[in-house]
Amino acid sequence: MRHVYTWGGILVVVFFSVVGDILIARAMKQVGDVHALLRRAGLWTVVGRILSNSNFFLGVTAMAVAFFSLLFALSWGDVSLVAPAAASLTFIGNAFAAKIFLHEKVDRRRWIAAVLVAAGVALLAG
Amino acid sequence: MTFRKYLVLAGVTVFAAAGDSMLSHGMKQAGNISIHHLQGVVLAVLNPWVAVGILLLLAFFAAYTNALSWADLTYVLPATSLGYVLLALVAKFALHEQVSPLRWLGIALISGGVGFVAGGPALTAHSNVGESKSPPCRTERDKDGAPDAEAMTANERASALSTGGER
Repeated sequence: MRHVYTWGGILVVVFFSVVGDILIARAMKQVGDVHALLRRAGLWTVVGRILSNSNFFLGVTAMAVAFFSLLFALSWGDVSLVAPAAASLTFIGNAFAAKIFLHEKVDRRRWIAAVLVAAGVALLAG
Repeated sequence: MTFRKYLVLAGVTVFAAAGDSMLSHGMKQAGNISIHHLQGVVLAVLNPWVAVGILLLLAFFAAYTNALSWADLTYVLPATSLGYVLLALVAKFALHEQVSPLRWLGIALISGGVGFVAGGPALTAHSNVGESKSPPCRTERDKDGAPDAEAMTANERASALSTGGER
């Protein structure tokens, strides 16, 4: 039963991390290349555009939820399982979600990178 | 990819690793925080390690959002995962902790993943001027969100290019 709670917690953390990353990535694509925008319109325009983007706020909220659910998951399960499992699965989840929701071109090169990094993180933190 | 953009990716990597380790160090000094003693959180923020850690994580977030404005999420995440490797190396050479063979394998895998993604294009070419080698294709991505903002950024890219473009 304890395992169910731990893995349930991990999946909740992964879900909200992925949602947060996807929403913030989408928000920043809507804002546009910050470097070009800075040169053209100045800092306050950039800050204003980011802060007036609703996806940005939803993304930050999702990241905050992910953070607090990580704290809860850590109180149910071992750090050595929860932290690497959540970080590692978030990499894989992000690759799928970026392909589906952001229409990024996730080619073989990027799949291999995501899997290698996910495996490496699991080994390193485990 | 310009030098400045590599600098931003390096910032994401270093700020995340440094911020996390400072927070972790500070929180061990500050002690446990329970839901019944939330004033502990306020006290923890007064710890200099925690305060600097939070500042570094804010810097991380600024660099991360900056990177996401010109690169794909599936590029930024693996490219900045060297932070994990950095932490392990700091543990080994600065803190003289034992790094097991399994962890060295983890370091090798992450480095390999970074090498793989770094060799490819940073941005999927949708409708605008990208750095990708793949042919540009317009997708339904532009339908949702703010179409005006999308059109504007395309114009901005064009004007940025005409005024000298990336340095």
